[in-house]
Amino acid sequence: MALDNGIYIPHLCGLRESERPAASCRLCFVEVEGLPNPVTACTLPVSEGMIVHTRTPRVDRLVRTGFELLLSNHRLRCGKCEKNENCELQKIARERGLKLRLSRLRPLTTEVPVDESPKTFKYDPGRCVLCGMCVWVCHHQTKVGAIGFIRRGISRKVAAFGDVPLGESRCTECGECVRVCPVGALTFKEKFWGV
Amino acid sequence: MSATGTIIQTYESLKKAAVGKVEALKQKPLVLVGTATCGRAAGALNVLQTFRNEISCRNLDVEVKEVGCIGHCYAEPVVIIAKPGFPALCYGSVDEGMAGRLVVDFLINDDPCYEFAMAALEPNDQFPTFADFPRGVYEKKIILADCGLIDPEDIDHYLAHDGYAALAKALTMDPAEVLEEIKNSKLRGRGGAGFPTGLKWEACRNASGNQKYVICNADEGDPGAFMDRAILESNPHQVLEGLIIAAYTVGAGQGYIYVRAEYPLAVARIRTALEQAREKRLLGESILGSNFNFDIKIFQGSGAFVCGEETSLIASIEGFAGVPNHRPPYPAQAGLHRKPTVINNVKTLSYVPHIIRNGSGWFKSIGTPDSPGTAVFALAGKVVSTGLAEVPMGTTLRTLVYDVGNGIKEDKPFKAVQIGGPSGGCLPESALDLSIDFDSLQQAGAMMGSGGLVVLDEDDCMVEIARFFLDFTQKESCGKCTFCRLGTKQMLDILTEITEGRGKPEDIDLLWELAEDIKAGSLCGLGKTAPNPVLTTIRYFRHEYEAHIQEGRCPALMCKELISYAIIPEKCSKLCNVCIGSCPVEAIYTRDDMLKAIYLDKCVKCNSCMVACPPQYKAVVKVSPPIVEKGGS
Repeated sequence: MALDNGIYIPHLCGLRESERPAASCRLCFVEVEGLPNPVTACTLPVSEGMIVHTRTPRVDRLVRTGFELLLSNHRLRCGKCEKNENCELQKIARERGLKLRLSRLRPLTTEVPVDESPKTFKYDPGRCVLCGMCVWVCHHQTKVGAIGFIRRGISRKVAAFGDVPLGESRCTECGECVRVCPVGALTFKEKFWGV
Repeated sequence: MSATGTIIQTYESLKKAAVGKVEALKQKPLVLVGTATCGRAAGALNVLQTFRNEISCRNLDVEVKEVGCIGHCYAEPVVIIAKPGFPALCYGSVDEGMAGRLVVDFLINDDPCYEFAMAALEPNDQFPTFADFPRGVYEKKIILADCGLIDPEDIDHYLAHDGYAALAKALTMDPAEVLEEIKNSKLRGRGGAGFPTGLKWEACRNASGNQKYVICNADEGDPGAFMDRAILESNPHQVLEGLIIAAYTVGAGQGYIYVRAEYPLAVARIRTALEQAREKRLLGESILGSNFNFDIKIFQGSGAFVCGEETSLIASIEGFAGVPNHRPPYPAQAGLHRKPTVINNVKTLSYVPHIIRNGSGWFKSIGTPDSPGTAVFALAGKVVSTGLAEVPMGTTLRTLVYDVGNGIKEDKPFKAVQIGGPSGGCLPESALDLSIDFDSLQQAGAMMGSGGLVVLDEDDCMVEIARFFLDFTQKESCGKCTFCRLGTKQMLDILTEITEGRGKPEDIDLLWELAEDIKAGSLCGLGKTAPNPVLTTIRYFRHEYEAHIQEGRCPALMCKELISYAIIPEKCSKLCNVCIGSCPVEAIYTRDDMLKAIYLDKCVKCNSCMVACPPQYKAVVKVSPPIVEKGGS
């Protein structure tokens, strides 16, 4: 990926360790000479002599729409978020000159309760961007398999089996999911910082 | 040579026995009742029971058989009676009474009741055939040819109609020759996108690995589409034969039929067909005495629309949630269990036996050069003759709607056709002379899709139609990728606001921008095509969007928030009180002059009074924009 060479492409769901890219966040669009339409960089194997443009009007437009769509379903109010200043959404906004508020779209966020049941961390579905990295590490790295995706469409969310609070699930509170969360959906509780 | 000889011999003996059985059946009167789902919905099972009862209590020597759908769904229940000495006759809209009369008058007393007959099946000098009607002139039946005429639960009926001849022929050919024939035929996938079937098979055949799969995609989920269901219920062996030939060509040992669990009759009939095919060694170990082994399993999908998308379908069979994955790798390279897999639609596979039997040259002589063959449409909506129609590619929409479908109900003006289901688009009157093939529809912004064709008239609001289809795709979106999950929701919210009279002038442009981005940005085919109904309705019916937003008016008088009901005093009668009785909320009152009027604040716009008002008055009307009551009164 271009990231190794100091070129930033917005992304949320990409995991190097995963054998197959999820390709679900739809933010890493680039244009490749010879291909008619913008493609997601995460699914495109690099080949010799390939000419890639990371900033074109079409790419910028797609990234902007995708980003605004994610924001429309994201509990904003960054000032109150533990991930403030350390959030991938903020990073994308900074890199691409996008605003962290909605102008064109309707806000979809419904105020959903925060799951405070685990001792060491908390889970705010209202901030989740459904990148799936937490689900991947939980299944493939830690092999715990406590969380997965449930429901479909706009109701899709990350949850434990049966949608029980995480504290009542088989979650071992290893904290790996919290470490990969790019936004403020999974955050450590403050008193456990540094423990 | 000896292997070839065995295959041909085995097949010929199967066919000979089948022909003998079917010929014996023709010696006595035969009653065929169409009991596919469309027939059952219209009461075919009662009709079937009546025939059986009447015939048995009169001790008649008559055979009664269940068959599938002949495509004339508007006339269900359909019954065909073949009595020696008479042309085989087809009767439409048969009820129990008519069934009883047919038994007495025709089967006992030799009066064929021509007054009830729709058409004869073969040319004769007594009664016109289907080919003598406009629909018959423009139709060209290939994959529907035997539907409704053969018993789908008896393999011998299919065998007697040259069934499995193509399989026997293919088994004597080298798989490469079969592939060449399919490639030459230029057959394109009937699932919607129109990808060349031969190329798909070739990619899978050339992919490395010993284990390969073929899958029949019968996860038909478009609102208003029922072609695949009808084919599976009416002629399941045709699909099996196509799937077996596909497996032989690409070298697959295991096949699946991915069919919706909501199609119980189709599932039952496929299951019977599989058992019978295995019994006759047309499936299983060493098929027809050759060294080719292949078997088919049924996999029942649980009703997720997105599972019709091939990567989701594969995930679903593997036991995961039906969520799409990125392509490439294409299933032909790494599909089910990461093995090369061919996935074809029911209709695509149905063409295969015909192409192998009659040659690619014959297939290419039908249709257009780039889209050879026929197209099967499920005619629905405001068209007189709803049902299944199979016409050559290149037929115009006008022919399809007015000649095959017999025009619009109540002779109302044509407004649009919604073609291709939720992934397709709405085409206006100006597109009526468009010839229908994969490429022309794509250019017009619609899509062949799986073949649903909903005819719309002046009473259909195009904004509401777009909202309806988007509501469907939004609910059926799996939610994996950003654009489809959130983009369709945003568009749906905007459309809902417009139909409720809360639209803003900038909404149309925003819808257009979002639609283009969702098309370009989504992960799978569902999201990439979901905006089509919105894009085409804005493209061809922008004025309706503008009327909703700027004037608060719904031109089709369909959007509830934008209409009021009113009673025209000049048309209302003092002698009639029907509307008052029909109103569930007591919103209609009698004025001092004995005419009726509506309390607008009480009215819930249920339409009951409009239905109830006798046709000689027709005094209840809908008006848009809604009447605003003056303050104080």
